[in-house]
Amino acid sequence: MNAVLLAVLIVPVLGILAVAAGAWAGNRRLGAVLGTVFAGVGLFAAVALGFDHSGRPWTRITEEWVPQLKLSFDIGVDGVSYPLVLLSAFLTFLCCLYTAWKGTERGDALIALLLATNVGMLGVFVSYNLVLFFVFFEIVLLPMFAIIAGWGGPARRRAAVKFALYTLLGSLLLLVGIFVIVTQAGTGDILALTESGGGGLSRGTQLLAFTLLALGLAIKAPLWPLHSWLPDAHTEAPTVGSVILAGVLLKMGTYGLIRVAVGVAPEGARQAAPTLAVLAVVAILVAGLVCLAQTELKRLIAYSSVGHMGFVLLGIATLTQAGLTAALIGNVAHGLITGLLFFLAGSVKDRAHTGELARLGGLREVAPGLSGMLGFAAIASLGLPGLAGFWGEAFAVYAAIQRDQTLWTVLAVLAAIGAALAAAYLLRMLRLVTHGPPGEAVAGMSGTGLRAVEVTSFVPLAAGALVVGLLPFVVQAPIGEAVSGILQAI
Amino acid sequence: MNDIQLPAIDYAALLPMLIVFGAACVGILVEAFAPRGWRFVIQVSLTIGGLVAGLVAIIVNRDLEITTIGGAVTVDGPGLFLQGAIIILGIVSLGLIAERRLERGGPFVAEAAHAANSDGDKRQEREPGATEVFPLTLFAIAGMMLFCVSGDLLTMFVALEVFSLPLYLLCGLARRRRLISQEAALKYFLLGAFASAFFLYGVALLYGYAGTVSLTGIREGVLQSEQSGILLAAGLALLAIGLLFKAAAVPFHVWTPDVYQGAPTPVTALMAACTKAAAFGGLLRVFNVAFETTAWDWQPVLATVAILTMVVGSILAVAQTDIKRLLAYSSVANAGYLLVGVVSLNGAVGSSLFYLIAYGFSVLGAFAMVTLVRDSEGEATHLSRWAGLGKGSPLFSALFTFLMLGFAGIPLTSGFTSKFALFSSAWDSDQSVLVIVGVLSSVVLAFPYLKVVVLLWLNPPGEETPTVSVPSMLTRAVIFAGVAVTFVLGVAPSFLLDIVADAGPFLAK
Repeated sequence: MNAVLLAVLIVPVLGILAVAAGAWAGNRRLGAVLGTVFAGVGLFAAVALGFDHSGRPWTRITEEWVPQLKLSFDIGVDGVSYPLVLLSAFLTFLCCLYTAWKGTERGDALIALLLATNVGMLGVFVSYNLVLFFVFFEIVLLPMFAIIAGWGGPARRRAAVKFALYTLLGSLLLLVGIFVIVTQAGTGDILALTESGGGGLSRGTQLLAFTLLALGLAIKAPLWPLHSWLPDAHTEAPTVGSVILAGVLLKMGTYGLIRVAVGVAPEGARQAAPTLAVLAVVAILVAGLVCLAQTELKRLIAYSSVGHMGFVLLGIATLTQAGLTAALIGNVAHGLITGLLFFLAGSVKDRAHTGELARLGGLREVAPGLSGMLGFAAIASLGLPGLAGFWGEAFAVYAAIQRDQTLWTVLAVLAAIGAALAAAYLLRMLRLVTHGPPGEAVAGMSGTGLRAVEVTSFVPLAAGALVVGLLPFVVQAPIGEAVSGILQAI
Repeated sequence: MNDIQLPAIDYAALLPMLIVFGAACVGILVEAFAPRGWRFVIQVSLTIGGLVAGLVAIIVNRDLEITTIGGAVTVDGPGLFLQGAIIILGIVSLGLIAERRLERGGPFVAEAAHAANSDGDKRQEREPGATEVFPLTLFAIAGMMLFCVSGDLLTMFVALEVFSLPLYLLCGLARRRRLISQEAALKYFLLGAFASAFFLYGVALLYGYAGTVSLTGIREGVLQSEQSGILLAAGLALLAIGLLFKAAAVPFHVWTPDVYQGAPTPVTALMAACTKAAAFGGLLRVFNVAFETTAWDWQPVLATVAILTMVVGSILAVAQTDIKRLLAYSSVANAGYLLVGVVSLNGAVGSSLFYLIAYGFSVLGAFAMVTLVRDSEGEATHLSRWAGLGKGSPLFSALFTFLMLGFAGIPLTSGFTSKFALFSSAWDSDQSVLVIVGVLSSVVLAFPYLKVVVLLWLNPPGEETPTVSVPSMLTRAVIFAGVAVTFVLGVAPSFLLDIVADAGPFLAK
């Protein structure tokens, strides 16, 4: 099993080398295809990892690296990380396929960067060492910066620099939090720290550590009011960039909160939980209201991510079995659904050459296939029972009510109102984009039918949203036991 | 008649410095007697040979811990490590100084004193081959080596002058843009002379306080002296000004951007790597040996200087439009990070030493790459000229990007491991405020580096984009060393971290 785990990390690196070899041989097309093949092999390896229900890591590799800095190459998978490992490998493969098939300009370089991002994201999800976690966390920054800056929309440079600086600020706050833990506890082993309930750190130290870690991770997640990099980055990024950003990158923040912040400083988490919950609910409401007033398609989806991640953060803040499980399911669901939404928004913009809601409209008549998919994705996103979005959000609210204190009940009610807002803005989006008479941009569209490349990228995501929605225990089963391991310390 | 008692001299301990000083003196004789055509080859081999022999002597001495010549020289673990670091960085920067292919006749002229744009000056701009730079460099390096192992403040002052004077001169020797080069030399000289005066005055006051100039003597004097504490405080303050000037700490940094910009780039590289190592070697020794017991008095002041240095350095770096000035302000900010190591005293000596090596190699690599971007006027250092270089010279741009990421402290570069080691040992020494300021300022500092990366790759090339010249093996080797060490120390820093940990504390007996 250890070989498979290593393969999950190494195969994308080999893919980058294959792309480089293709470019060196002067055949960029071949490089792009090879890169995609390696992404596929990586996905296969991730699936082959399998899972069990023990709640313990079923694969783990521990090697010393730099003992002086408490950095060891300590990786493994358990129920908390496995769904995200799969999600990351899956979305990366779809994005590579989409890029290679579509023949994007300099597509091979884009594929190499996607693979590099994937290495970082997978590394974050499999790290059991605090410093290693940080190293992978930082590795993601650069390729993502290059993807936005190299293939983005007209204001890409500003968006890319804003993304990079925000993220850097977040990761350096995270770093200080790691300093606190590592110097006080004398170890960087996340699992050991979780088992000992924070390595015997005092309440004050834990609160300080949790605050720093949570601030750093909340920028990535993003948590209101630290979210302002997100709309720009998502709007300007190319389609595959937005898919990866929303689908996986944001999860590094929420996953980190559960694994690192809560896991390593549980006492601090307990003290800070109400604050986190209040901010999460504000995020849900603010994002809902902002979305109601959005005039651009990708920006709307970007802001809706802030709201959905608010539910995930609310689930985390409850610090209960139901809440954390809901958060992790919500992570996966949001990754599938928002990934699909961004793919669709990309297709709409490709054809209509604008994302302005006012200039779209009537897509239903001109491109029924596309608008049908958009309708499905929007309905999944607003949390219709039976689709993936429902479980994470409903159970986050349920977990908050379960806390049975006035504050939490109020928050639960407000979050439920936020869910209604989500329904309102997504239906408004559908009305503006798909219904009504064809707008000027839509009427002049060429190639209205779904292309093969689009069908191959959309259908797996839609199917995933359906499977998670109808059979939530597929995701919940491996998560449940592992979560209770983290919660034992609290 | 009384015999004057000569102090015992341990020649083995002094051997590395004797070798380098000796090579420098031979270098002067070569200038006087060797035929012009042969000088370059002789000087280069003599300089490199001398430095390598010095390095070998240091390695042989590696376990030595001794105070010799009546307390004037203290050879100990950190001192030897610093000497080795200075020699190694010196050898690497010699690759730039000896480069002859980029510019006909090398980047230097023979005489700094010709008035700029006078006939004589114009004539020497066309003449090839000034080899005076080699003995000057050797003297500077030898002075820095002595500075790091000085056991008393007077030796330290002498060493300070020995390495400063050649540097003043070297700054004025640029072949191109003579006026700005001479301006840099004069500025550096005048301000440096002021700083030396402060240093000397501080020594005098401390002598008045403790009755001795030896570092260990002052350490004991602090506990016993009946003199007024004001003498101690004033002496320490003046001494620190002299040292902080060389280290380019705010508010004594104003010379840095002008001198870094005006000096010939190889000399700038030498100053950024070696002088920084020497200056911090001196600071670490003075504060760890002589003033450790009074830490409560000076730590808040030095911490303020460190905060100012980090904040001002990184904020001003954002506004720069010239790559050499940008690197100068980044060097100021890095001085701030190193000061965090000084304030943290013994706990952070090892990680400060590691930082000096990591930063030294990265900065040498960066300045080496600056020498390559040229047009008919010489080096094109204005940032706007660098726009779009990534299109025509992808390898150059990729390597420079890597070094910039190293400065920004991205993992898998030495910038990350060195900052991590330094800040975590500072956190261990309860300097959490400094660590937080350091981390926040490095976010600010990341912006200019990122700006350069964006400029290289994303901006459209300007009308007259300069070319990236193909250098000789020497400069190539420097770039390779800079990039390779930045990478290796980022990926596998364990061996060097072990060495700096083994170097142990400064000898305070």
